[in-house]
Amino acid sequence: MARRATSGLLFQGSDWNFTTLSRAYDAIEQVALEEMGLSVYPNQLEIITSEQMLDAYSSVGMPLMYQHWSFGKRFAYEEHHYRKGHRGLAYELVINSNPCITYLMEENTMAMQALVTAHAAFGHNHFFKNNYLFRQWTDAGAILSYMDFAKKYVTKCEERHGTAAVEAILDSAHALMDQGVFRYRRPPRLSSEKVRERARERLEYEEQTYSDLWRTLPQTAESHDPAEAERDASERKKVLNLPEENLLYFLEKHSLILEPWQRELLRIVRVIAQYFYPQRQTKVMNEGCATFVHYTIINRLYDQGRIGEGHMLELLQSHSNVVFQPDFDDRRYPGINPYALGFAMMQDIQRIATEPTAEDRDWFPSFAGNGDWMETLRDAWANHRDESFILQYLSPAVMRKFRLFHLADRASERFVEVASIHNERGYSAVRSALSNSYDVAANQPDIQVMDVDLLGDRHLRLQHNIKSGIVLEEGSRNATLRHVRHLWGYEVSLAGVDPQTGRTVYEYSTAKDG
Amino acid sequence: MPNFIDRRLNPKDKSLGNRQRFLKRAREELKRVIKEQVKSDRIIDVDAAHGVPMPTDGASEPTFQPARGSGERNYVLPGNKQFSAGDRLPKPEAGGGGGGKGRPGTGESEDDFQFILSREEVLDLFFEDLELPDMVKLSLKETVTFKPRRAGFATAGTPTNINVGRTMRNSFGRRMALHRPKEKELTVLSEEIARLEAAPEISPKDRQRLSELRSELERIERKRRRIPYVDPVDIRFNRFEQQPLPNANAVMFCLMDVSASMGEREKDLAKRFFVLLHLFLKRRYERIDIVFIRHTDEAREVDEETFFYSTQSGGTIVSTALEEMIRIIEDRYPSQIWNIYAAQASDGDNIIGDSEHCAALLREKLTKLCQYYAYVEIIDERETEIFGSTDNGTALWRAYRTVDGEKSNFQMTRIAKPADIYPVFRRLFARQPATRTRK
Repeated sequence: MARRATSGLLFQGSDWNFTTLSRAYDAIEQVALEEMGLSVYPNQLEIITSEQMLDAYSSVGMPLMYQHWSFGKRFAYEEHHYRKGHRGLAYELVINSNPCITYLMEENTMAMQALVTAHAAFGHNHFFKNNYLFRQWTDAGAILSYMDFAKKYVTKCEERHGTAAVEAILDSAHALMDQGVFRYRRPPRLSSEKVRERARERLEYEEQTYSDLWRTLPQTAESHDPAEAERDASERKKVLNLPEENLLYFLEKHSLILEPWQRELLRIVRVIAQYFYPQRQTKVMNEGCATFVHYTIINRLYDQGRIGEGHMLELLQSHSNVVFQPDFDDRRYPGINPYALGFAMMQDIQRIATEPTAEDRDWFPSFAGNGDWMETLRDAWANHRDESFILQYLSPAVMRKFRLFHLADRASERFVEVASIHNERGYSAVRSALSNSYDVAANQPDIQVMDVDLLGDRHLRLQHNIKSGIVLEEGSRNATLRHVRHLWGYEVSLAGVDPQTGRTVYEYSTAKDG
Repeated sequence: MPNFIDRRLNPKDKSLGNRQRFLKRAREELKRVIKEQVKSDRIIDVDAAHGVPMPTDGASEPTFQPARGSGERNYVLPGNKQFSAGDRLPKPEAGGGGGGKGRPGTGESEDDFQFILSREEVLDLFFEDLELPDMVKLSLKETVTFKPRRAGFATAGTPTNINVGRTMRNSFGRRMALHRPKEKELTVLSEEIARLEAAPEISPKDRQRLSELRSELERIERKRRRIPYVDPVDIRFNRFEQQPLPNANAVMFCLMDVSASMGEREKDLAKRFFVLLHLFLKRRYERIDIVFIRHTDEAREVDEETFFYSTQSGGTIVSTALEEMIRIIEDRYPSQIWNIYAAQASDGDNIIGDSEHCAALLREKLTKLCQYYAYVEIIDERETEIFGSTDNGTALWRAYRTVDGEKSNFQMTRIAKPADIYPVFRRLFARQPATRTRK
């Protein structure tokens, strides 16, 4: 009898080998696909050392990355904290690609490897494959070959033009990475190698056949009619497709001083920024989904008698570490833990779907008590990002559990005010405030290209639409504008405008620097 | 079945290139920090790994960031204990609400973080304006050499290191303990079988004996197969340990004039000179003692702190320092046991009539006791053009000049900037290959 009880176990002891890894994988896959109905990209699991994990950290988690000093800086930073023991390393790292690559640390115990497999290879993987943001905005099948191209291209540029020249462009491009994404317009698909090759050839051809003579043609007489000037301005804005929120895209297409290889570098940085944009918008959901999936799968395997009690305790301990949420006045408070919030909300959805209270029926009539929690969750995972997910699914029960409250902080006043708390009157307000704080587009400064007179002084005018009176930090703002100027080649100015009143709050131009 | 890939054996240091680029970028800042540290560190610590604060110049990554303390913000925080809607809380004095935390690698949180430069990187920065030839740099950076030495036996190793004697002894013991049938028993049996089979007629008794013998033979053969002659468990390998080559001891004397004429710049140059000598010596000796002797009109042995940082007023009598050194040598460092090196730094001032005495002391005693004696005179940069390498100069310089000609282990030079220091050591280094083979 005892023999039979143990023979069902997937693994024993804490050491792992490739046999136990794949046995655990098969069991997890069975639960994930057949019972939970997840749909995933094919998996590729890679075993790495802690040093390789640090490497992966510093190159923004990509298996292939071009070389740049800022990654070295990040490496030094991460390594410092790791060595000092301030911070452990992640147990895994997963890449949104097809096949989906998951890194497993060699130091993990076998139980941890199973947990990580469930978490990353099924939880994150399902999310990447099904969430609408990833489906629309990233191309999992092409990213690896694109990164390979990017790495080789940067290396080639360094050989041809020198490391310093390439670094100068990349520095400036990195400074504008946050302003290098399309937030509303869908980005063009990553084009295939052949199309890119053709585009480059065309640019090279244009470069070769460029004739300086055209520049010397006499200009037509200027008219000083204001209406005419106005019409001119709107005409050229139309031609340049202004206003434009994607600064890197604008510079890549319209900068007059960049050479083709420099444009291509901007494009590489822009593509990477765009690739990561959905991940920044779905932190809570992505981690919540992965945590919920691993928790469900591990418990299911335990119920089936395929994971021993000792291992289960180990897994629960590490699970509860992951979903630990310190209070705001705790020394350890780093912000709201996306794992904790996401997991709690998804567990709550499961509860509402199966055993709803009267309150839940009130708040969530569409799915309370429908019984099919997996279908509800899959639907939520596929069709939301953090902001909309919280706005739709954060229940009073979870708000009470986290004891959430909303603080309003106005710069003009000497106090902060508790605007609302987790009570009947405050639920909606807390919920929308929290949801708003997860809206990446709303929390980043909205900076757009407004106008440029290409035939005149070529002065590039940017506009910062100030939201809730939050201006930019001056030192970094001016330094970043100098990067824009570096890429644009002519003077650049930034005006902060309050969209409600239309008043210009501040204005800064690189021309003042001299 | 998923695709498992073991990446652990992939080439290491994927981010080494990035790290080097970063260092290159931060080079100026790092150089300044290292220079400061060399100034304040003890001589023997100069070539250790150093932690330096994250440089801010040239390594910042600006982006558009919202300014603190502006506009209207909303925070949602967990863990409400006593607040209800409408409560007002005073703002903390600095730092704003619970919001602003630096992002790793970009924000202000990196100011408090140091990153570690390895010994090689520190030395690179230290050597930079000393203008050392590459070969010298390489040789200084090299650490102690090792020699493999026998150290017992191990159960694992390469086939070339198999110790046959040990292995066979183990094999013999095991065969005895397990009663492995001997070759002789086998031949006796098979001979008997052959004899019986050869007989023209086999009696029933013989037939039975024959089958008994055959089964016995088979049993023995099976047992011999099961218990191999040499089993993997018997094998022993010679174990080698990397042992550093034994080096003798050395003592390094630092002599310096600390009278008021030696300013900050002079002391800094002198320190670099002492550090470099120490690095040279460290290459060759396991253990180095450093003795600091400072002098004005009297000489005293002091610790490093006092040597470099405290000032003393008084006249200048150089010979007192040399006499003090001779006394210490006789006292503590007998020259037959210790390799004695001395480095003297001075601005060349000396009381009238003492310089000849110094030269005599050097010629008769010190150059005989010491392996090497280096004298540097630290002069103003403007004076370099006047003096050049002529014999003209201070009384001390002229007196030492006479020693320079006759003793090969005496070196002297004038330095005005860090790059002038190295030539003093040229001869010292050139002798290196000869002494290197010393066991």
